[in-house]
Amino acid sequence: MNMRALYATAFKSILTKEINRFTRIWVQTLVPPAISMTLYFLIFGNLVGKRIGEMGGVSYMEFIAPGLIMMSVITASYSNVASSFFSAKFQRNLEELIVAPVPHYVIIAGYVGGGVVRGLCVGTIVTLVAMFFVDISLHHAGLVVLTVLLTSILFSLGGLINAIFANSYDDISIVPTFVLTPLTYLGGVFYSLSLLPDFWQGVSKLNPVVYMINVFRYGFLGYADMSVPFSIAVMLGFCVGLWTLAYYLISRGIGLRS
Amino acid sequence: MANTKNPPVYALEIKDLKKTYKDGVEAVKGISLTVEKGDFFALLGPNGAGKSTIIGVISSLVQKSSGKVSVFEHDIDKELELAKLCIGLVPQEFNFNQFEKVLQIVVNQAGYYGVKKDVALQRAEKYLTQLDLWQKRDSPARALSGGMKRRLMIARALMHEPQLLILDEPTAGVDIELRRSMWAFLTELNEQGVTIILTTHYLEEAEMLCRNIGIIDKGILVECTSMKSLLSRLNMETFVLDLGADLRVEPSLDGIKCRLSDRHTLEVDVAKEQNLNGVFSQLSELGIEVLSMRNKANRLEELFVELVEKGSIEPNKSREQQSGKGASASKGASS
Repeated sequence: MNMRALYATAFKSILTKEINRFTRIWVQTLVPPAISMTLYFLIFGNLVGKRIGEMGGVSYMEFIAPGLIMMSVITASYSNVASSFFSAKFQRNLEELIVAPVPHYVIIAGYVGGGVVRGLCVGTIVTLVAMFFVDISLHHAGLVVLTVLLTSILFSLGGLINAIFANSYDDISIVPTFVLTPLTYLGGVFYSLSLLPDFWQGVSKLNPVVYMINVFRYGFLGYADMSVPFSIAVMLGFCVGLWTLAYYLISRGIGLRS
Repeated sequence: MANTKNPPVYALEIKDLKKTYKDGVEAVKGISLTVEKGDFFALLGPNGAGKSTIIGVISSLVQKSSGKVSVFEHDIDKELELAKLCIGLVPQEFNFNQFEKVLQIVVNQAGYYGVKKDVALQRAEKYLTQLDLWQKRDSPARALSGGMKRRLMIARALMHEPQLLILDEPTAGVDIELRRSMWAFLTELNEQGVTIILTTHYLEEAEMLCRNIGIIDKGILVECTSMKSLLSRLNMETFVLDLGADLRVEPSLDGIKCRLSDRHTLEVDVAKEQNLNGVFSQLSELGIEVLSMRNKANRLEELFVELVEKGSIEPNKSREQQSGKGASASKGASS
């Protein structure tokens, strides 16, 4: 038996299952970000933004567009893996994978892959919505793609770790409400970090979302609050750290095996 | 018969397996047993005896505390993935995604074992047809009846064509007609060379299907032997006679115990050294016509109760039995 071929087929099966899951319930997974982002652009970008004027050398609507796209990518990839993995754990169909000859890294990659695909789908939809309100220009397409990939990987891993520890559906809604939303809103979606006093700029630098939005905005507008290579290194560091933690938890069977 | 030149290939080999859960419950207290390739093995025990824990350890759902488990000579501590490839598991509770379609469930499961989609679709058609589920392939699993869900779990477990099929109470809550069709299906699988380990509460099921048997109580293997040798220990067998006569009191039979279960049915206990001709001739002399006769299927049940009761009184003795007798019984079972 060629084990590498087996793992590749297993990965493809998990990924296909995950994509089928979120596309089957597209009204719940793909439509809401389009609606909420339309409202953000209408209210913050159009109505409030006109009074704010320019930020970072561009119109306020242009300034918030990358952050809003990133916000929907973060929420989509996190909630996809958190809800799918927890539901598989809750319904016990995760046992199908535990009893199969699938290495732990393939399980993680399959679920994270599902989160990344949903993140990319939602990101594309929100970008299309944004194009109705602003002229989207690309300063560095490669950085835009890299940031979306790293961000969706990072938050998919976060969602996976949340689901591993979760014992109820409440547990998978607590983190998005009390951690993810504040991090995103305080991550510079709606403002430039340069507007903050030095102390709060320092505090903001502890927030990983700041680095993602920073690089992503740079990819679109060519404007960055912080060093782009450093921001990419931070994202990579978080991805490696969360992957290691997820691998440790799954291989120890924490929250999964008796 | 075990061949001394070629030692038997064990589908499953468990040595001194122990499992203590975090809450301190000792579910398995040092069990050793072997199941030979091609066997149909019953694992019996009352609720909470440790059967599902043992199955959980074999299939990686439960982490063992100590001991050794090998599946077709693949040690689960060293070659877990190769061991897993050999096993097909039908768990006690429904554990598939209730929102997925029947076909998706089985094809996905095949994929986890490296079976390519085109092959998986062929096998899905084969097993879903054999288990009378092909018509339901596009239905979501939640729309299936209880019996269909049980069969779906069997089809799913067979998708990678395992050498060892483990079924944890597969016929629980299934009506008798369906149970019998499942028995026929499992017997056919076993005849094709698949080793089967079955836990069940229906002792009649174990007696009908299995060649060898392990009885577990309170985490200890109280018996492990061939079904034939276990049943041969019975001194008494009960026959149920349907009578042409209408009796108000049981007839007096010389040297034979009997009782009326209703006015037309007589239960007769026949010892090993007695023969049935004596019973028939005595009844004939009394003018009682026997219309039909059947064996009362409670033989294993009697032994089971006896062994479990004995096991709970003399746990130390049982432990000795499991290490010594269990292994030899397994060898005997091959004869």
